[in-house]
Amino acid sequence: MNFPVKITEEDLAARVARVSAIAAKHADSVDFDGRFPLEAVEAMRAERLLGIQIPRHFGGEGVTIAQIAELCSTLGQACSAAGMVFAMHHIKLCSLVEHGGDSEWHRGFMRRVAGEQLLIGSATTEGGIGGNLRNSICAIEIDGNTCRLEKDATVISYGSYADAIMITSRAHANAASSDQVLTVFLKEQYALEKTHAWNSLGMRGTCSDGFLFKGAAPAEQILPKPFAEIAAQSMLASSHLLWSGVWYGIAVDAVGRAQAFVRAAARKSPGAPPPGALRLAEVSNRLQMVRSNVVAGLKAYEDAKSDADKLSSMGFAVTMNNVKIASSETILEIVNHVMLICGIMGYKNGTPFSVGRHLRDAHSAQLMISNDRILGNTSSMLLVHKQDTSLLG
Amino acid sequence: MNTTLRELLVKFGKLPVSVDQVADDADLYAVGLTSFASVQLMLGIEEAFDIEFPDNLLNRKSFASITAIAKTVDQIKDSRKVA
Repeated sequence: MNFPVKITEEDLAARVARVSAIAAKHADSVDFDGRFPLEAVEAMRAERLLGIQIPRHFGGEGVTIAQIAELCSTLGQACSAAGMVFAMHHIKLCSLVEHGGDSEWHRGFMRRVAGEQLLIGSATTEGGIGGNLRNSICAIEIDGNTCRLEKDATVISYGSYADAIMITSRAHANAASSDQVLTVFLKEQYALEKTHAWNSLGMRGTCSDGFLFKGAAPAEQILPKPFAEIAAQSMLASSHLLWSGVWYGIAVDAVGRAQAFVRAAARKSPGAPPPGALRLAEVSNRLQMVRSNVVAGLKAYEDAKSDADKLSSMGFAVTMNNVKIASSETILEIVNHVMLICGIMGYKNGTPFSVGRHLRDAHSAQLMISNDRILGNTSSMLLVHKQDTSLLG
Repeated sequence: MNTTLRELLVKFGKLPVSVDQVADDADLYAVGLTSFASVQLMLGIEEAFDIEFPDNLLNRKSFASITAIAKTVDQIKDSRKVA
C-alpha cells in the first residue's frame, strides 16, 4: 500500500518527539557505558531525519538550519550524545548542500544520503595541528582519477558508526598548511585503525575515538571549493548554531528538573516560599538569554545565507563566534545553578532531579573548538572590524 | 601601489613562500596567508594609505590577491574623494 506522505512542520515535530522518547530512555546507559546511541540513531533513520536538510529535488525535505537547530534542542533535552551526533551529521550535510550542488558526484551523494539515510562523520582534527582545523599536515594525493589520503585523525566522532566521512587535508603535496580541501569518502573506500579510545568526562556517547584514516576514492569526491571558503561560509555558522541548539537543550532539561524540584517542595509546604525558588527565577533568566542568543544567531545566518560576501565577512564571523562563546559559557552556569537548587538530589545519580550527566556534558561546550581559540580569533578581527551599533542589526 | 602592497605583504603576511614568487592575481590564502596575518596586513595597509576599511569590504574577496587588495584600496580612496 502506498500512502502519500505530506511533510509539515507538525510532522517534523512529531517525528523528532518519537526519536527523543527513545533517546531519553537510553541516555543514562549511553552515558554510563560510553556507548554510541544506537537506538536513537536507528530511530532517526526510521523517521528519516538524516536527510531532511537535503533539497527536495535531491530527495530530501529542504529543512532549514533553524528548524534543524530546533530538532537538536529537542534531542539534546533527551540525550546530549544523540543530539550532538545529529548536529554533527547535519553540520557536514550543510557544507555538502551549500557547496556540493555544482558537482555531479556530490548531487548523487546527497540523493544517497536522503534515500539510504547515511550517517556522515567528520575528520577535521589531526595530530600536530594544535587544534586549528584550518590547518592540515596530511595532503591528498591525486593520481589520475583516484585520490588517496592517510591522516592521523586524533578525533573522529562516531567514526566507527559513520557510513561516510568528510575529511580535510592539504590540497596537494606542495600546498601550504592552510590550502585545504574537503573530501567525501564512503565507508567501503576507507579503513580506520583505532589509535585513541574515547573515555571522557561527558558527551561519552559520541564515541569520538582517534583513528589512523587510510582511504582511496575517485578524485571527483573532493569538494570543488577550497575548504577555507566552506569553513567560512557554511561550517562556522552551522557548527556554532547547531551545537548551541544541543547545548540549549541540555540546559532546558536541567532547568526542567530544577523547576520540578522547586514545585514539589512548594506543594509540600504551601504558603512558605520553597528554598531554591529565587535561584530558579535567576536560572530561567539565564536560559532565556541563551535562547535569545541562539535565535538571534539563527536569524543572522538566514539573513546572510544568500550573500557569499556577507557570509565570509568579519562581522558575521564575530557574531557566530559570540553566539558560541555565550551559549557554551552560560549553559555551564545554568546547570551549576540547577545543581544548587536540587542539592544532593541533583548531585546523586538515579533521582528524577539528577543533573550530573548534564553538568559533565555541558563542560564539553567550552572545549569543542576551544573558547580561548575563538576569543583569540575574535580579538584579532576586532582590530579592524567595526561593531554594528544598531539594535536590530 | 602594488610595490607598497608587496612591501606590506613581506612585513605582515608571514607567507611560507617568498613574496617575489607570488603573482599579482595569485590567491593569497592558497599560498598560505592565515586569517591572523591577514588582519595584521589590513592594519598595515590602513596605516600606510591612511584609510579605514569599511565593514562591507572586510571579507575574504577583498583580500584574495594583491590585485584585489589594490582594487579595494582604490575603491576606498575614490569614495573619499566623492565624500
